[in-house]
Amino acid sequence: MQEGAVLEMRGICKYFPGVRALQDVDFTLREGEIHALMGENGAGKSTLIKVLTGVYPKDGGEVHIQGIEGAAVIRSPQDAQNAGISTVYQEITLCPNLTVAENMYIGRTKGAMTNWRQMNQGAGKILDSLGIPASPKQQLGSCSIAVQQMVAIARAVDMECKVLILDEPTSSLDEQEVVKLFGLMRDLRAKGVGIIFVTHFLEQVYEVCDRITVLRDGQLVGEYVIEDLPRVQLVSKMLGKELDDMADIKGETGGVAISQEGAPVLEAQGLCSSAGIKPFDFSIRKGEVNGFTGLLGSGRSECVRAIFGADHVTSGQVKMDGRDVKIRKPLDAMKCGIAYLPEDRKGDGIVGDLSVRENIILAYQVMKGFFHPISRSQAEAFADNYIELLEIKTASSETPIKSLSGGNQQKCILARWLLTDPKYLILDEPTRGIDIGTKIEIQKLVLKLAEKGTSVTFISSEIDEMLRTCSRLLVMRDRKLVGELTGEDLTQTKIMATIAGGDER
Amino acid sequence: MSNGIAVDKQGRLKNRTSMSDTNLLLTITVVVFFILYLAAIISLGGSFTKPQNFLNILNNNASLIVLSCGMSIVMITGGIDISVGGVTCLVCMVCAVNLEQQGGNVGTVILLGLAIGLAFGVVQGFLVAHLGIQPFIVSLAGMFFAKGMTTIVSKEPVRVTNEGFLAVKELRINVPGLGAPNKLGVYIPAYVEVGVVIALLVVILLFCLLRWTKLGRAFYAVGGNNQSANMLGINVRRTKFLAHVLCSVLAGLGGILYFLHVGSGDVANGAGDEMNAIASSIIGGTLLTGGVGNVIGTFFGVLSLNTIKRIVASLGFDEAWWSNITVAAMLCLFLVIQSIVLLRKNKK
Amino acid sequence: MTTPVKNPQTQIKRPDEPLFKRLTRQQLFIPVAALILLVLFNLIADPSFFAISMNTNSLGNPVLSGNIVSVLDNASELVILAIGMTLVTASSGGQDISVGATMAIAGSVILRMVCGSQVTSDTMQMNLLLAVLIGILATMLCGAFNGALVAYFNIQPMVATLIMYTAGRSIAAWINNNQLPIINDLSFKYAGTFLPGIPVPTPIFITAAVILAFWLILKFTTLGLYTQSVGINANSSRLNGLDPKLIKLLTYVILGVCVALAGFIRVSRSGSINYSRIAENIEMDAILAVALGGNALSGGKFNIYGSILGAYVIQFLTTTLYKYDVPSTALPAYKAVVVILLVVLSAPVVREKLANLKKAPAKTAKEVS
Repeated sequence: MQEGAVLEMRGICKYFPGVRALQDVDFTLREGEIHALMGENGAGKSTLIKVLTGVYPKDGGEVHIQGIEGAAVIRSPQDAQNAGISTVYQEITLCPNLTVAENMYIGRTKGAMTNWRQMNQGAGKILDSLGIPASPKQQLGSCSIAVQQMVAIARAVDMECKVLILDEPTSSLDEQEVVKLFGLMRDLRAKGVGIIFVTHFLEQVYEVCDRITVLRDGQLVGEYVIEDLPRVQLVSKMLGKELDDMADIKGETGGVAISQEGAPVLEAQGLCSSAGIKPFDFSIRKGEVNGFTGLLGSGRSECVRAIFGADHVTSGQVKMDGRDVKIRKPLDAMKCGIAYLPEDRKGDGIVGDLSVRENIILAYQVMKGFFHPISRSQAEAFADNYIELLEIKTASSETPIKSLSGGNQQKCILARWLLTDPKYLILDEPTRGIDIGTKIEIQKLVLKLAEKGTSVTFISSEIDEMLRTCSRLLVMRDRKLVGELTGEDLTQTKIMATIAGGDER
Repeated sequence: MSNGIAVDKQGRLKNRTSMSDTNLLLTITVVVFFILYLAAIISLGGSFTKPQNFLNILNNNASLIVLSCGMSIVMITGGIDISVGGVTCLVCMVCAVNLEQQGGNVGTVILLGLAIGLAFGVVQGFLVAHLGIQPFIVSLAGMFFAKGMTTIVSKEPVRVTNEGFLAVKELRINVPGLGAPNKLGVYIPAYVEVGVVIALLVVILLFCLLRWTKLGRAFYAVGGNNQSANMLGINVRRTKFLAHVLCSVLAGLGGILYFLHVGSGDVANGAGDEMNAIASSIIGGTLLTGGVGNVIGTFFGVLSLNTIKRIVASLGFDEAWWSNITVAAMLCLFLVIQSIVLLRKNKK
Repeated sequence: MTTPVKNPQTQIKRPDEPLFKRLTRQQLFIPVAALILLVLFNLIADPSFFAISMNTNSLGNPVLSGNIVSVLDNASELVILAIGMTLVTASSGGQDISVGATMAIAGSVILRMVCGSQVTSDTMQMNLLLAVLIGILATMLCGAFNGALVAYFNIQPMVATLIMYTAGRSIAAWINNNQLPIINDLSFKYAGTFLPGIPVPTPIFITAAVILAFWLILKFTTLGLYTQSVGINANSSRLNGLDPKLIKLLTYVILGVCVALAGFIRVSRSGSINYSRIAENIEMDAILAVALGGNALSGGKFNIYGSILGAYVIQFLTTTLYKYDVPSTALPAYKAVVVILLVVLSAPVVREKLANLKKAPAKTAKEVS
């Protein structure tokens, strides 16, 4: 083990069926440092952390922890806690049915009994010192998500730990809470705690971190001292290509501008759904590619879900080709020629155990109806056609879709909707968590479809991806449509400013 | 949380936001019970006004109280155990055969009963917690296994004549101050059976277990969200395993109490008790989805269920089948209420 | 997620594998293997088990008799139930444990209809077809009730159907005012026994017709694709225009139809009914049939023919046990053990462990080379 290191991971490997999630990854955390773990979605950050904390068993490699002789054995989160590793996960991992105080102490106190008074007092002190607006006796489920996340952080901080892992803890916090959290992190660093900080906000990395480790596609790219790695380089390391490379498909966007004229394919007024977005107006023309942008949770997915009827629509009018239509459920939208590729591929997109063939024909079959099954031979012809067209890598059309890689699964879902020959295609984060080659293929496909006259709405967390494909961007903030950018306004800075809100910069 | 029923009853009692789900549902149950019993006294009068009538509900259901408490614990961890009725039946039969044909005594009977419960608990707990098999399938098989074994032990009913046992069975504990003079003016004291005392002790012990021990809180944590509980450092498998063991041991104890009450082994013993236990737990405010519930509520659930049964019977629907239909209807009603509560909560 | 690697499992590598391994991979391996074992056992223990003879029954009709005929005959109710249960399992990931109780309801309704107001009737008071249709309607209602609780109130299927499981037999008794109607009209018993002049038991024909009907339904509608899709991923099915709730409800209603047919066969065997004993524990057998047929009890993909074969295997087992004087009341204990063995073997944890055991030696061999 290196001098001053509290944690060393060597040659960590982790496989999931069909996927190599981590391959030979090394990671070193030193005493009293804040170490950022960076990488794109699906680069393996979360997997690495779950291996370290015993949620997933590792398939290879060793973990060394300061004060423990030899390789540490971590088989469960309890083992990790006992070894001095405490963790705050991105999704809230507390029990909503217990009180705030219990959530802070459960699983880490000695003895067989629960001492409520002591627990409530201790929790009260910590909550006060961190300024968390919650009572120890309150049921956790009745707190807001941000407060719940702060409680999780309070729990982790209160443990006498050597290693603190913060896995995207800031996504649900507001600015003041983030400032508070950073203050806390600096205090702990001064006490010699090593902190692993995972985030996708570059600003935050440069504000608080000492060192950066970059992962890409399950492999280690490198470890850097923060001063040696300017932002632009960090981004290119994460993406695995020089910035110039990424402009290569920009030339093809020229054709999109023309489609600004002509009648709108779809027009929505005052659309609002039960998912808690403010009513919004929306329209798209034939062959246009537009996009919704905004931070996570700003309501961009909810908007397109409302258009597709995926959430319960509470008000608003929709016109398709100038005619009034009622879209109450997805089938209504599908009959109008709308297709929707959902954000959560695994939860809302694929039907895991069914074959690639069945997944591809599903939507078209539903539109044909219950009494008109597509014959086996026809279905195979459709599937083989799209497997070839989109270059889906699969053993055969009978392979269960769940054994395909993420990118190929996504192509199958795309094939499913292309088969219905939609007039208007909604793609919600089609490129999330898939490899860069497939990402570019999908972007090219979008532009090709637009040329042929299909209207496309494209949503992505990566702004440059949006800039490359969209001719018009709708900006969301706090579940409200706050702006629309076209033409010359389509620049990174302008978009950022609109997302952040006009007055602040 | 918003609850169609809770709002009108709860609004005045306490600030809703400060109330945990467990307490909220407990309050509903207690209120429901008192309303039911009051309604019975007002509209039907007669026997309902006598304290002994109330105590008889306890005397007849001591075993069910214990079974339901065990069921509540498994349900709090998010599982279910429908083998409890079968285990009760098997325990009764084994105990009866032991007393009558093998020269057993009260001590061996208690040991046998608890051992059978423990055996079921260990096997079922292992299958559910360590092999991840659905608790329903496991305990369904457990139920059939127990029922089949009962008939293998003895097909014919076995009546107990052992004197030591009958002495315990006939033991009546008088409750001071609740007696009443009969028609001849002789004071008849109100009494409870030994089983009731044991059942009440079990309720109190389990209440303490759930409230003040780490294991008890782990049951709630696992039921609330088992992945989170795992991340919080709770041994989820061990917790689930122990919940099933506890439930089955309590089913064994329930079997002993049942045996103590009826004094015979019979294939029909404890028939439908898994259902009564589930219904009592659900009426008592235990959520099927886990994480919420309380044995005090379950206790009142048992009382409410049996009060309803008595009301239905005294309204003239006294054929045997009405009892089953009543239980099913109550279960259905409370399940639907729970589901609506949960759906609303999720939407929020 | 990350780099796609070529998964050896998805590649076509099958031909290298030993024949035995390829066989065990088949979904129908377990029921076929169980059937072969049972046949072998009976052949060795007592070959006369398979004897079929032509007798004359009390009415003077020539009838076939023998253990094999009785297996095919007695499995009828179970086979029909297993078909419906497979669909319910696939769509909702749970099982309907009220089938026995609702069979009692169907039987009770049908008897009530054909007996009219009398308790014992010598002639049918109503057209048999109409009576059966009313019986079907009654169990479809029960199915809809179960299905609505499962689909629209999100209650676990087994708990939701627990309500009917408790109340069903009581409702059946209530329908006939707790009297035990008996019908002595011979033509009522045709469906459960023999048609005049035909030596093969009628339930075998009814079962064949039901199997044929489901084969046609699965071929000419999209029921199969829809139920599997809903059972595997309800969210994505909804986003593809399906109504998962409606489809779940539909499968429960279909099971209701199956239950009525099974109940009809059961009551027409004897022309009478015992509410607490009729079709007792049949829910266990039906679930077992689905599991034995290689279908996951957690829902999703299904093979209806596996369940049918499973049902016959179970009846074969039951008949064999009867032959060796195992009392009918003790049967559940044996079957419970079989269920537990089956679910243990199909549990993901156990499968993984078994797979690791097989893999471990292979891995070390590779590392050496």
